[in-house]
Amino acid sequence: MLKINNIEKTFNPGTINEKKALSGVSLHLNKGDFVTIIGGNGAGKSTLMNAITGVWPVDNGSIYLDGVNITGLREHQRAKYIGRVFQDPMMGTAPDMQIVENLALAFRRGQRRTLKWGTTSAEKSMFRERLSTLGLGLEDRMTTKVGLLSGGQRQALTLLMASLRKPKLLLLDEHTAALDPSTAAKVLDLSDKIISEDSLTAMMITHNMHDAITHGNRLIMMNEGKIILDISGEEKKKLTVEHLLEKFEQVSGSKLENDRMLLSTD
Amino acid sequence: MESIISYFTSLNPMNLFGSIPGAVAQGIIWGIMALGVYITFRILDIADLTVDGSFTTGAAVTVMLKIAGVPMWLCLLVAVLAGLVAGTVTGLLHTKLGIPAILAGILTQLALYSINLRIMGMSANKSFNFGEKDLYVTLGNIPMAIIVTVIFAVAIILLLYWYFGTEQGSALRATGSNHSMSSAQGININNMKIIGLALSNALVALSGGLMSQFQGYVDINMGRGAIVIGLAAVIIGEVIGLALLGKHLNFWGKLTFVVFGGVVYYIVITIVLWLKLDSNDLKLFTAVIVALFLAVPYLRGQKKSSFKLAKKRGEKLDAENK
Repeated sequence: MLKINNIEKTFNPGTINEKKALSGVSLHLNKGDFVTIIGGNGAGKSTLMNAITGVWPVDNGSIYLDGVNITGLREHQRAKYIGRVFQDPMMGTAPDMQIVENLALAFRRGQRRTLKWGTTSAEKSMFRERLSTLGLGLEDRMTTKVGLLSGGQRQALTLLMASLRKPKLLLLDEHTAALDPSTAAKVLDLSDKIISEDSLTAMMITHNMHDAITHGNRLIMMNEGKIILDISGEEKKKLTVEHLLEKFEQVSGSKLENDRMLLSTD
Repeated sequence: MESIISYFTSLNPMNLFGSIPGAVAQGIIWGIMALGVYITFRILDIADLTVDGSFTTGAAVTVMLKIAGVPMWLCLLVAVLAGLVAGTVTGLLHTKLGIPAILAGILTQLALYSINLRIMGMSANKSFNFGEKDLYVTLGNIPMAIIVTVIFAVAIILLLYWYFGTEQGSALRATGSNHSMSSAQGININNMKIIGLALSNALVALSGGLMSQFQGYVDINMGRGAIVIGLAAVIIGEVIGLALLGKHLNFWGKLTFVVFGGVVYYIVITIVLWLKLDSNDLKLFTAVIVALFLAVPYLRGQKKSSFKLAKKRGEKLDAENK
């Protein structure tokens, strides 16, 4: 499904701020894989997602999605295949536009934007139905400007938008980090539900080790721009937080400093 | 004292009333230009300074083609296309060459000054042929001018309302609202910016073409400060629209009030001129007006919440609790 071959990315090359953010990352995902990604700040998790979505071109390596080489495609061209939810709830929706308009924009992801009317009435009733599955009452506020919604509501809406046109790949970039615990749990449940119902291939970055273990069928850990752990199948099911910390020490040869990694274990 | 009395007795109210209809017609023409400014300033969130040049371009193209004997509808059509090209150039400078939008606009505007002179055969102003009959609007028939400009304004508002409801227009609005969301939803934001700038300057050039007919000539400097007049119309329209309609101000209302803002602006100018303000001071006056209207929303917010107020309230509460 997703084949990442040895990609590299260096920011500000040749300057004092030079930072090798990805140093030879390879990753193969199978159809229906749900991978959780953990790692400290600056480990390259978000950079990996930006490389996949095409925020900038990679320096080296190649990316294939469902057999198509997307390495040379720009972000808006790749959007056809990829749904994304950002860490910042403000980034995934257009605040000056109505809920229904945002959904209509998402429903046309990957299609030519013509001079046909932006939303049809058939779409509106479909959107209403999909919104009601969020359980937030947004289906009765379809013409509300998205800027008036709370962070959690906006994040739930972004999730719906990312999956409205079934994407080949769904990327969740710490999408619950900016939410309060109960809203975060709700959005996470919702993510699980959407991923399993549509049997999506998905990647989720999280700082919460417990979430990383309980969600998905595969877990990777990143450090200094590399994947240092890749656990799946039965091994993943039996994984515990202690076990994970131990594994990290084995692989990286250094003790995991929990504070520095900013990982929460509860 | 005597001089004040003689100043007031020299003001003739009939003169003012007489010049209002002309001001309305001219205001609507500025309002059409302001609709173009609205697209960039409010929808795309770009302050596009191309406007000062493309307004004159529209006027120059219209006058020169008319002198060459081209029918007026075709003159205006070519003027619109010229504006479209001017906006596209600014868009390309901004998106393909990475020049900040405001600078890209300034560069195109500067280049247009020379180009406009070329269009006008290297003279600073050109009039229509004496007794030219094929004019849509003219100072000589103001009631007709008002009717024609209203028809133009209504047609443009209808077109804009339709366009911004389409898939492409929605994508353009999304681009102005949130870049990262737009890219993630597969919208080519660079193309959207170019389209928006092109559309905007097309309207501005059309307005320039109408203005040249109304005043009977094109002047190389007629576009100077046009962007500020456009902003004035947009902002005055918004302030009035919000005051009258409040929450019910929808997209129709916003567009209509932009044109209305142009009319209000020009009536104010007419009154100020009637009060015998030196016309050379007009630009200063306009700048002050626009600065005031731009400041209104900010100052209103300050009235409700500011550090000064917070301090006062805090001190009051502390005093009560003593």
